Amino acid sequence: MNEVILRVRDLVKHFDGVTATDSLSLEVLKGEVHAIIGPNGAGKTTLINQLSGVFLPDSGTIKFKDADITALPGFKRVHLGLARSFQITSIFKNFTVRENVALAIQSHAGHSFKFWRPARNDSQLTEPAQALLERIELGDRGDVLAGNLAHGEQRQLEIAMALAGDPEVILLDEPMAGMGGEDSDRMVQFLSSFKGRHTLLLIEHDMDAVFALADRITVLVYGRVIATGTPAEIRSNEEVRQAYLGEDEAA
Amino acid sequence: MVTDQLTTAPSTTPAWVSVRNGTGLAVLLLYALMPGIADIFDLPFYLDIFSRVMILTIAAISLNFILGFGGMVSFGHAAYLGLGAYAVGILAYYDIYSGWIQWPVGLAVSALFALVTGAICLRTKGVYFIMITLAFTQMIHFLFVSLEEFGGDDGLTIWNRSEFDGLIDLSNDLTLYYTIFVILVLSLALVHRLVNSRFGMVIQGARSNEPRMRALGFPTYRYRLAAYVIAGSLCGLAGILLGNDTEFVSPSDMHWTKSGDLIIIVVLGGMGTFWGPLFGALAFLLLEFFLSDIFIWWHLIFGPLLILVVIFARGGIDSFLGQQNGQGR
Repeated sequence: MNEVILRVRDLVKHFDGVTATDSLSLEVLKGEVHAIIGPNGAGKTTLINQLSGVFLPDSGTIKFKDADITALPGFKRVHLGLARSFQITSIFKNFTVRENVALAIQSHAGHSFKFWRPARNDSQLTEPAQALLERIELGDRGDVLAGNLAHGEQRQLEIAMALAGDPEVILLDEPMAGMGGEDSDRMVQFLSSFKGRHTLLLIEHDMDAVFALADRITVLVYGRVIATGTPAEIRSNEEVRQAYLGEDEAA
Repeated sequence: MVTDQLTTAPSTTPAWVSVRNGTGLAVLLLYALMPGIADIFDLPFYLDIFSRVMILTIAAISLNFILGFGGMVSFGHAAYLGLGAYAVGILAYYDIYSGWIQWPVGLAVSALFALVTGAICLRTKGVYFIMITLAFTQMIHFLFVSLEEFGGDDGLTIWNRSEFDGLIDLSNDLTLYYTIFVILVLSLALVHRLVNSRFGMVIQGARSNEPRMRALGFPTYRYRLAAYVIAGSLCGLAGILLGNDTEFVSPSDMHWTKSGDLIIIVVLGGMGTFWGPLFGALAFLLLEFFLSDIFIWWHLIFGPLLILVVIFARGGIDSFLGQQNGQGR
């Protein structure tokens, strides 16, 4: 459990004079659920975007399983085993649920310069897709257009698409975004089922969910890490209480 | 053929039997029978008109592939019509009439132009993409305007059509007509296979959400570029047919208004639909034919009409023919 799978060192990112990521260092251990919390504008999504290769940091390094991936294009990181989900649901709404998952699986089934055979009845895609849908308990929803799913199910599908290819690490950008109590509880259960199989780096505003899921928590304020520790340590950390949790309780 | 996946209705009719497919097949049947109709009613110029419409349809099918299914709004697609036609014209100018040389050269030149310009255009998005595709086509347009050797602005007469010795005789108008018809049908089938293949799924996914496709691990750029090259080549083929059909080529074949016409046809017919380009090209022709007959400023009517289509019928003509089946199924 102590092996570091993702190591971020001195990461810096500026946007028009604003320092969104400020000398950020972070270690994610293999198998853990590592939550990143912080007030709005703390640079959480900016961090995920750098880890997933949406944009490059100004300086610093990102190491994944001993490989330096700082400058590696995003799509290649996925094939090393570093996947992500999005805060804004980014499923393909005109595709059915199964087609969404099949597309994710297709990405891991060799190149897609295959011009002739219909993909929709390609059992090499549809069978693993159905298996993945069963795993996330959307097995009977395969033929529904993704846009017609309930919000909670759309969020589930959003995450399921990151699961194709069985990534070692999944970056989850606010999986509970826009969810009510019941949906949130289901999502917490859903995500806890990942433990032992995937390492999770989780950004979340829902503190109940964070404290229910996380093995360790890193607190980010203005792009800087102010604390990292177990949920109990974070709860009792004075600086964190002042910077963040205090506000939250008052609200 | 197009199959509808709305198969929940407990009916015994195959899924592909629908108003939409019936209409599409009826249009194809009309084209197939047009030589006979033109003969019976003694209207030989109908053959000219409809071979022109079919060529335009092939060009629109190729544009629909990248615009409708791939979300790449190329405002320079007419370049390939001109390149294909000029390949035939310039080779004929040097007394090379063999279709075995002309056609591969036309296709290769179109593919190369698409590869080089696409490699640059596809690094941009949205309005920038539209403008840069337009810019490249304007460049090639003015290049041919300046080539005095090949007639410059006045264009180039093609004295003989492509020769395929022993195979077919395109100098016969009827043979050329049916050659165009067959290529039209094959183009529809080709694009249908393409958009439903693994490759097509990537192209469609990249239209909806490119960042997500990259996050799934797809190198989207190379797939979109490949699609751009395929579309350019197919439109180049339409250009080869155009040169043969009109026996003339001029820079006006690649004028930006021609690119605009192709976009109009695709939007009018229904972007990203199987039959859309066929419906769009026919409607475009009929509107042009009738409106210009009653009113010389027919564009004054045509423009607002198009805006109404965009506002009230986003799926174009195709959407009037039953529920959207989407995604080219």
